[in-house]
Amino acid sequence: MQQLADHLIASGLFGAHPPRDLIYALIIFVLCLVVFMGIAFPFAAIVTWVERRVWARIQSRVGPNRVGPNGFLQWLADGVKLACKEDIIPNQADPRLFKAAPYLVMIAYVLPWAVVPFSSDLILADLNVGILYMTAVTALTVVGVLMAGWASNDKWSLIGGIRSAAQIVSYEIPAGLSIFPVVLITGTLSMQGIIRAQGWAPNNWFLFNNPFTFAAASILFISALAEGNRTPFDLPEAESELVAGYVTEYSGLRYLFFFMAEWGALFIIGAIVTALFLGGWQFPHLSHSRVVMNVLQLITFNVKVLSVVFLSMWIRATLPRVRIDQLMSLCWKYFVPMSFINLIGTALWVAIWPDGNPVAGYIMAVLAFVVLVIFLRRVIYYLRKSRMEIYVSPVI
Amino acid sequence: MGAVATYLGNIRQTVSSIFEGMAVTASHFVRKPYTVQYPDRMPIRVQDTLPFRYRGILEVDLEICTGCLACERACPIDCIVIVAEKHPQTKSMVLSQFDIDIAKCMFCGLCSEPCPTGSIHHTTEFEGADFSLESLIRRFVKEPVAAYRPKKGPETDPRIAPILSRGMNFLTQWAQPGGEKPPADEEAA
Repeated sequence: MQQLADHLIASGLFGAHPPRDLIYALIIFVLCLVVFMGIAFPFAAIVTWVERRVWARIQSRVGPNRVGPNGFLQWLADGVKLACKEDIIPNQADPRLFKAAPYLVMIAYVLPWAVVPFSSDLILADLNVGILYMTAVTALTVVGVLMAGWASNDKWSLIGGIRSAAQIVSYEIPAGLSIFPVVLITGTLSMQGIIRAQGWAPNNWFLFNNPFTFAAASILFISALAEGNRTPFDLPEAESELVAGYVTEYSGLRYLFFFMAEWGALFIIGAIVTALFLGGWQFPHLSHSRVVMNVLQLITFNVKVLSVVFLSMWIRATLPRVRIDQLMSLCWKYFVPMSFINLIGTALWVAIWPDGNPVAGYIMAVLAFVVLVIFLRRVIYYLRKSRMEIYVSPVI
Repeated sequence: MGAVATYLGNIRQTVSSIFEGMAVTASHFVRKPYTVQYPDRMPIRVQDTLPFRYRGILEVDLEICTGCLACERACPIDCIVIVAEKHPQTKSMVLSQFDIDIAKCMFCGLCSEPCPTGSIHHTTEFEGADFSLESLIRRFVKEPVAAYRPKKGPETDPRIAPILSRGMNFLTQWAQPGGEKPPADEEAA
């Protein structure tokens, strides 16, 4: 952000002797407005419609298609409906905590956006502890969730809140340990620094840097799903056992806050995975214009993030919910040991090849491509087996 | 060694089963949905796709109703009300009321079985929702009308003939093997 401001001042946009602090304040205000009003909140709202449509197609249904063109305005109708509802606070609840919990969850959703690197210049704050800050503030959710579960004074809410707390705290460990390999390679915690250490080509991504980073990326993605309470790890909201978990007693706008934070966290998950392992906003240097490059980088970053978001929707439509003991055994028996192996393996790798091993990058990228081709062949096999005609149009 | 093999086997099984599952759902993602978007986004009305013997809302063809009251007697819940009297001069039956209360009707089809001409029959229409019970009563007689009298031999009136053949078609379609013969003769006599 400061770089962008300095660049603008040096270009003489604000005259010869500009009021520096005022311009900084102005730019950060405008950027905040762009990021939150342009991306953060619209994404959290619209992704509900996208996800419902994606599930519907996977389940041979149509999904919401009545409000607006192809149901695109469904999120608006849902939002208005929830906003118009009565805000009920149960008699036996602790009113202060009950009211505060949704705001805490919302804050935990809003804070990470400060270090989401949209392009080389468009970032609210390029903190030198960027990724550490990201993991720290996303874990704040657990406070709000536990507060909601406790304050509702309801068994379902409490069990949901406790489950969520156990889940988020447990999965913080493999998620944190999976970030270390990248930090080992780059030697920085800054989001922009990590992205600048990668290249635009897949073989320069950290996903394909060495086998250990690939495993780390998988563990980070799955742990992030668990932290975001996404299926197959949505135990806190397991409808069949806990009604709606910690949101059971909530209604109206407070309910909306919980769900906006949960849906919006998808973008944060995608942003972390993209920035650390998928090359972030890296794009071939096609133009000398700073503006054109930034736009291209912005598009690249968003396409990558939305691909990861689509993958998580797809997983949600595929896998059934795990049991609580399976959840914990997956975390402590499999992910934590594997994360340590990744950490040691990457450390050895960096010790042997301090400047990286370009051959390994090529080999892994080619292997990933081969796996993708095998996967597509399986998809075509299932399509042929059912003798269904292909229908890819999103409109019906 | 067995524990390690189990551990690694679990990982392999998880990865391969998720791989297969994702392939299945991906293949479903590019298929056409099965959803029938009733009622407004249909290529053809549902009513037109239903079979001939579908028991929808009852309908009466007054042109071929003989006024025999067989349907009124057959109805187990008395949802059919018919007023038919012999005209003093012409000696023919005059229908002055033929009401079917769709709110009471249970679509059993017992009324359409004894009908000698197939005048009362089911349609494929089923969208009968309305705002009051009174509007669910179907009044088929607007003003008193002479009942139909079967003639010896084929029907001569070109207006009645197609309706009658359609009504008789209902009877043959509905006829059950071994069922009672419709009491057409005694009523006509």
